[in-house]
Amino acid sequence: MAQVGVWPYLTRWYLVNRGGLRAVLIGAISLVLFLLAWHLLTIYRVVFFVRFTNVPSPAAVYESLTRAMHDTKFFMHVMLSCRRILFGFALAAIIAVPLGLVMGRFKLVHEILFPVTEILRPIPAIAWVPIAIMLWPTNEQSIVFITFLGAFFPVLVNTLHGMSLVDPVLVRASQCLGAREVSIFREVYFPASLPHIFTGLTVGMGVAWVSLIAAEMISGQFGIGYFTWEAYSLVQYADIALGMICIGILGLGSSALIRGLGRLVMPWNRT
Amino acid sequence: MSETIASQPTKGFVDVRNFGLSYPTLEGPVEAVCNASIHVNPGEFVSIVGPSGCGKSTLLNAVAGFLKPSEGDVTLDGEAIDGPSADRGIVFQQYSLFPWKTVKGNVEFGLKMKHLDKSSRDRAARTLLGLAGLTAFENKYPDSLSGGMKQRVGIVRALATGPKVLLLDEPFGALDAQTRVIMQQILTNMWQRLKISVLFVTHDIDEAIFLSDRVYCMTARPGTIKAEIKIPLERPRQQSMMMSSEFLGLRRGLMSLIREESIKAMGGELNDLALDGLSIDLNGQSLADVV
Repeated sequence: MAQVGVWPYLTRWYLVNRGGLRAVLIGAISLVLFLLAWHLLTIYRVVFFVRFTNVPSPAAVYESLTRAMHDTKFFMHVMLSCRRILFGFALAAIIAVPLGLVMGRFKLVHEILFPVTEILRPIPAIAWVPIAIMLWPTNEQSIVFITFLGAFFPVLVNTLHGMSLVDPVLVRASQCLGAREVSIFREVYFPASLPHIFTGLTVGMGVAWVSLIAAEMISGQFGIGYFTWEAYSLVQYADIALGMICIGILGLGSSALIRGLGRLVMPWNRT
Repeated sequence: MSETIASQPTKGFVDVRNFGLSYPTLEGPVEAVCNASIHVNPGEFVSIVGPSGCGKSTLLNAVAGFLKPSEGDVTLDGEAIDGPSADRGIVFQQYSLFPWKTVKGNVEFGLKMKHLDKSSRDRAARTLLGLAGLTAFENKYPDSLSGGMKQRVGIVRALATGPKVLLLDEPFGALDAQTRVIMQQILTNMWQRLKISVLFVTHDIDEAIFLSDRVYCMTARPGTIKAEIKIPLERPRQQSMMMSSEFLGLRRGLMSLIREESIKAMGGELNDLALDGLSIDLNGQSLADVV
């Protein structure tokens, strides 16, 4: 029985997932072409408006990677950056989401806080570095603070946006089913805003990484951003590219983590 | 389940007396509804028809408790209505199911608000879903349902808490004609079993006659009650009745009442010429040549 079923099943699986397979295949080809271009540009030290003379080749970066894999210091840099992201981002989510929900629900809170957040919002997190150093007793705390600021505003703005889009008919429906203020908040406003909250968390995670790396480059002693900058100072060009790729992969991974969490929390949301 | 299937309807008397609603504008207060009085007897099925914008939904929203009357009284079983509550179930034209809850979760919502424990919630929801033929879909999310199914869930959800009166605001307005007819049949069947008071707002005359014991016809804005028509058709109602001379007679009567008001509602820019189109003299040319 099973042997009869396998082939038709595989065929059906192929038909259903054709689009996804195609994307994976083209994506893989694209990555290989990118590596190839990089390889050729650096091997032949191309100078054409931009200069690839000192840019490390993929092979040099790979060599640097194998060395880093046996180096506990490299892992310490990575782990430290991850910890800063975790603290800064978690703090931002824990404060910005409830704040956005409350601001979206109560007009007075919105009217009081919105002008302040609108003025602070356009200031890049990195512009806070001097103030952060003054505010916080340790370097570590100020870096976490910068990361927190980077994530905070995207999460707040998207939560507010989600709250403003809650369908009033759903609120009315819940009231006619006997829901009171607390239940309406928990059962209607919060789940209705969740898709936007998760958009905010994804964007916030991206900005958190941007802010963290910049902060580490300026005032850090550890962290992957510091590692990258230090490599430049020490003329270890291959390590620069290694740090960059590492940052890229960490950013990608953390965004994927948020998206996965979103799918887990919102099984109804298939977009 | 004893509270949702009552044998003798004694509760659910809706009384709206001299209802008026106006709202302020820069040009002074505008009256949306003026001096409207309607009532729904316990277990009765009453419809309100009228041209669009006549305030029929306003009247229903006042009974639901979403807005306070500027004048007059709105009571349910003698008690003044103060805000929305679970003793008045409501179904909107826009599907208002919670997208983050399954069909069963939606139906259970009102019972959860009543702090019923999980197992009795579960039992009640399953019974009602069975009654509406939705058992197979209980674990589906609303997004994967058709419009007719969503509205069936909406009705079941509104009934689950055992309300004294069911309010429906053009619930089948967004459905296609075939689904609409089936939904009307399902609604009458459920109403007949539950013997609950129903206030139904629609602009569809056939729908109002087919479903109701009584129909109120409203005037154009400011809305008032223009006429009250008893529907003496026997129960249970069948689709075939819609062809009977009695039905057609009622339809003709309501139609002419509404037509007058619809023309008024359109601001009187419609004259006899536009409506009849008979006396246009084209001098033997076709319309395309003239234009």
